[in-house]
Amino acid sequence: MQILLNGDTTSTNATTLGELVIELGLEERMIAIERNLEVVPKSQYKDTRLCDNDRIELVHMIGGG
Amino acid sequence: MTDDVFKVGTYEFKSRLIVGSGKYKSFQATKDATEASEAEMITVAVRRVNITDMGKENLLDYIDPKEYTILPNTAGCFNAEDAVRTLRLAREAGGWDLVKLEVLGDTETLYPNVVETIKAAETLVNDGFQVMVYTNDDPIVARTLEEIGCVAVMPLGNPIGSGRGLANPFNIRVIKQRAHVPIVVDAGIGTASDAAKAMELGADAALINTAIAEAKHECLMAKAMRDAIRAGRQAYLAGRMSKRAFASASSPTEGYIWD
Repeated sequence: MQILLNGDTTSTNATTLGELVIELGLEERMIAIERNLEVVPKSQYKDTRLCDNDRIELVHMIGGG
Repeated sequence: MTDDVFKVGTYEFKSRLIVGSGKYKSFQATKDATEASEAEMITVAVRRVNITDMGKENLLDYIDPKEYTILPNTAGCFNAEDAVRTLRLAREAGGWDLVKLEVLGDTETLYPNVVETIKAAETLVNDGFQVMVYTNDDPIVARTLEEIGCVAVMPLGNPIGSGRGLANPFNIRVIKQRAHVPIVVDAGIGTASDAAKAMELGADAALINTAIAEAKHECLMAKAMRDAIRAGRQAYLAGRMSKRAFASASSPTEGYIWD
């Protein structure tokens, strides 16, 4: 399916947020995910089903002042 | 001085220097300078993961969240909604509830948009965040942000990254004198004397990034800032002498050998 991942239209085989995190190799990273403007708790990744055109924001911490 | 604790919200710190993690040449340089500063709190920014080029290393591989209090910021946000989204994501990422709110007005001055800052502060406080808020050196706005429930108010010394010191020391003092929450001078500090001055005025802490990260020797400047913050704090607590118009001899004015 097609999702909007960090602003880019992206094809994925993942059916849940948990699968998407694994597909991207981010299981070990300290990240957070927003799905259609709602923050999704980590505990719900595996139960959160992805839908076509979902708008996913996937963020992490970088240097800043 | 050992019991001079810096309390902000439910947190307590020995150090009154808060550092940023931006603009360093490398993660290693960030780590080294942060250690040299002896700061206990460090700001970080929240950004999209670059999906196509994630890189092997991450800032938090170098700055251990178990060792430091991580202060996520909203740098780059120009409205309340984006700032609130950003900090909700940060809280989910690391469980952090102590946050630095900054909502900017334009890209050239990076001055705060206080209207949006106030809106965001209200939402975040209601949402359970402990909000340290970047704002103008305006005593009225500072008081408004305190009344909303922010745990610290952080007036700018000068524009972010400008290194021009304290533009309006009088306002920093007025803000501090009327505040019931910690006042942190955030932005504008360029060198150690600026940091000392901020603390002498009564600021409870200072947040410094560019002055350390862009110094020729970051670790040395980090130590200079550490010492300046301590010196300024001690001078403030000691209570400085009054200024006089004319001289006042330091040696006794009697018992001269020619008397």
